[in-house]
Amino acid sequence: MDPVVSALTSEERTLLKLRALYRQYGYAQYRMSKFEEYDLYAGNKDFLVSENVLTFTDLNGKLMALKPDVTLSIVRGSPDRTDSVRKVFYNENVYRTAGSSRAFREIPQTGLECIGPIDDYCILEVLLLAAESLRRISDRCVLEISQLDILGALTEGLGVPEETRRKLLKCIGAKNLHELRALCREAGAEAEKAQQLEKLAAAGGSPEEVLPLLRALPCPKGAVKQLEALAEGFRAAGLEDMLRIDFSVVNDMQYYNGIVFRGFVYGVPAGVLSGGQYDRLMRKMGRSAGAIGFAVYLDELERIVPEDTTPDADVLLLYDESVSPARVCRETRALTAAGKTVMAQQREPDRGVFGEVRRLTEKEDRDA
Amino acid sequence: MLNIALPKGRLGEKVYAMFARAGFPCPGILEENRKLVFENEEKGVRYFWVKPSDVAVYVERGAADVGVAGKDILLEHVPDVYELLDLKTGICRMAVAGPKDFRDDPRRKLRVATKFDRIAGEYYASLGRDIDIIHLNGSIELAPLLGLSDVIVDIVETGTTLRENGLAVIAEILPISARLITNKASYEFCRAEIEAIRAGILDQTEEKA
Repeated sequence: MDPVVSALTSEERTLLKLRALYRQYGYAQYRMSKFEEYDLYAGNKDFLVSENVLTFTDLNGKLMALKPDVTLSIVRGSPDRTDSVRKVFYNENVYRTAGSSRAFREIPQTGLECIGPIDDYCILEVLLLAAESLRRISDRCVLEISQLDILGALTEGLGVPEETRRKLLKCIGAKNLHELRALCREAGAEAEKAQQLEKLAAAGGSPEEVLPLLRALPCPKGAVKQLEALAEGFRAAGLEDMLRIDFSVVNDMQYYNGIVFRGFVYGVPAGVLSGGQYDRLMRKMGRSAGAIGFAVYLDELERIVPEDTTPDADVLLLYDESVSPARVCRETRALTAAGKTVMAQQREPDRGVFGEVRRLTEKEDRDA
Repeated sequence: MLNIALPKGRLGEKVYAMFARAGFPCPGILEENRKLVFENEEKGVRYFWVKPSDVAVYVERGAADVGVAGKDILLEHVPDVYELLDLKTGICRMAVAGPKDFRDDPRRKLRVATKFDRIAGEYYASLGRDIDIIHLNGSIELAPLLGLSDVIVDIVETGTTLRENGLAVIAEILPISARLITNKASYEFCRAEIEAIRAGILDQTEEKA
């Protein structure tokens, strides 16, 4: 293998594959600073994966943050265009806590954003790119999509207080049907409507399994049609096997609307991709355009990388004080020119795996 | 093969019996020995016992696909898992308890001893009451007796320990029971197997829809 290619880590290879994929569809790389003014996050804490932000005071007295999120920076840095869709991808590190850990971590993240007049094709393109991203990570992967307008309509239809509605959405997100039922009962929701919501929360599977159920429920027709069209798009792209409709994908409705989604690959215990339409975030930030995007979390992917069995070097070249640096240099260059990796040392390292050990000494050469 | 984390102790044995009745037995698990992992290859299940408070960690991190954890642990640690079923066993309640004659003086900050910082914090925040949380890892009932705290927030089963120490339940926060939980990614890739377990156990609870 080309030594440059073989020197790449699995994460770097994945990144290159994803970058090539996004470029194929006209996405331009977006670069940003490691830091942002803290204000950007303070006003949108619920949008962040974790509300903890690493802050510091800049020399001019401004409170700054190591960015915990990329989307907010891209939205802030984008003009409010409505004529054409701005398509960008990024590859950045973010700084936040992850899972139940109480420590900050540097998390490599890649993803893309479309900002502008988002149409049905644009949504399909982003979903297909999310699916293709997962495929480039593993053959065994799943993309789950949900439609927040449907969830919104069925929860609003119950006529329960906003606080109960928030709790119901939490139950749907956890597939917790027993508490959902109890909440509806306590709030005095109409039994039939509560049952309809329970059916929606329990639904999950391929479009063929879920779409008939949605047609039988009082879902907004346009939203069901949109899911049907997306399923057709996935069939056209030959990616229908990995598409699931599942309403437990419940992104925060203060920021998201319409289609939201997340992706899983076999062997990684948490979602590795997350995204959705975030027109409501755009409004909060004073933008009139629509937007959709997703992020791929690369930090967890090392769990599915096969164990590295390549030696630290093909040749361990041991030389003693009798050998001149020029001679060691000639030997190492000859080996690397022959396509081998080589580590030159005076003494054998305590640890390390080497294909072979060669010893170099002028003394032996003279004796010979 | 599905990995299933069960909580060590009496509750775990009860719960295992539910899994066995659901059609996923592993008889070796009840033998007295030092084995940690028990497998029934034919049924595609592998059980292991873990500390009750660790079950959710095993499931969230994917070391177990499925597990059984108390609602108290789920509310306190908020693991990113699906909560598929209330097993209606291990029933108790999360409550505020204090000396029998305790009267809350709203002019003073209330000192609350607990293992459940988040649950206690959220409960008092919902009441708008300013509190000082004193985190303890055990023998919580001792705190008000020695003046370390005014009240405690803890799990109450029968209330015997409270009564014997001159304490009483002041307010109930929420009911607690054991829940069937699953890792989100496992659910995606082993949905049929996990749903078969859920359905088998659902038949044993009063949950039939």
